[in-house]
Amino acid sequence: MQMLLDQPVLAAVLALGTLALIFGGVLGFASVRFKVEGDPIVEQLDSLLPQTQCGQCGYPGCRPYAEKIAEGDVINKCPPGGQATVDAIAQLLGVEAPTLDAGDAANAEVKRVAFIREDECIGCTKCIQACPMDAILGAAKQMHTVIAEECTGCDLCVEPCPVDCIDMVPIATTLATWHWQKPKPAGLIASDRDHQAA
Amino acid sequence: MTEFAAILLGTVLVNNYVLVQFLGLCPFMGVSNKLESAIGMAGATTFVLTLASICSYLVYTWILSPLELEYLRTIAFIMVIAVVVQFAKMFIEKTSPLLYRVLGVFLPLITTNCAVLGVALQNTNKGYNFWQSSLYGFGAAVGFSLVLILFSAMRERLAAADVPLPFQGAAIGMITAGLMSLAFMGFAGLI
Repeated sequence: MQMLLDQPVLAAVLALGTLALIFGGVLGFASVRFKVEGDPIVEQLDSLLPQTQCGQCGYPGCRPYAEKIAEGDVINKCPPGGQATVDAIAQLLGVEAPTLDAGDAANAEVKRVAFIREDECIGCTKCIQACPMDAILGAAKQMHTVIAEECTGCDLCVEPCPVDCIDMVPIATTLATWHWQKPKPAGLIASDRDHQAA
Repeated sequence: MTEFAAILLGTVLVNNYVLVQFLGLCPFMGVSNKLESAIGMAGATTFVLTLASICSYLVYTWILSPLELEYLRTIAFIMVIAVVVQFAKMFIEKTSPLLYRVLGVFLPLITTNCAVLGVALQNTNKGYNFWQSSLYGFGAAVGFSLVLILFSAMRERLAAADVPLPFQGAAIGMITAGLMSLAFMGFAGLI
């Protein structure tokens, strides 16, 4: 002890060196003890996606897409979820929400729904099995029909139909469905994120 | 007992670290956009600040003082704080992934939060003992949390308010902070 007091430089080096060693040990222990397995963000992303497993994003289901988002894929590939899902994911990831990329299915601005020409329907139930939203009603050998409110316009029922009796019809705006445009979201006051984006 | 109450009241209200001593302004402006993340940040800072003031007291009393190395306290405290923050980060990542997602960006911010270093240095300046130091750190953290949460609640209201164009954004935030600071100055002379 006395020797260290006589050698202030040595004492300083030793004291800080020992401290650093102890702290390094603590952090090393903590990094092993609190090791995180898996990526919890995938679970959260998966819970935000609509679970229609429609595959319109180009991946074989919602969970694979959630994993791809976690790896950095764009977040606007989910037409069934709509803009609301894009916004929710953007909120979770803390990024700016891009507009929904609806792909070919709904390049037109208007929302589309499936429509079954009922006199041509043979009641094969194939479209019912294809529908991720359970929006098609019907039974074997009975004609089917689409619940328009449930239909997300995903096109998945068109392909399996053996008699091609399903059309995707745009929903015309009528007096009953017309509504005011939603107001633009109020600009949030400045944050560090705005500057990063600029 | 009165002494402890005085320390607590003094750090939370009278000598509030953010609004009266103007330390820790970076997270105060940076993390106050949303109430939710402000509450998370307040919790994390409380945890770190209390732990850091305890650890830095121990390092100062048991290592630096006996070796007459008091002049090294700033470097030593920075090291202590960095370790405590890193430890807190690992701990939160393991126990609360959601909180980690919210705070992930901001946790390293606590490392450079001058309030943390300020508390550690003030503890040694004032010659506090162990319990006083812990309480001083905790009180400073509670004061920081109180102000951060109040401010973020106000900013959420401001986001929807019809603010004149020249004042939009950071400007109205700064003005609000200034008014809050004036209000907190009113606590001077309470103890």
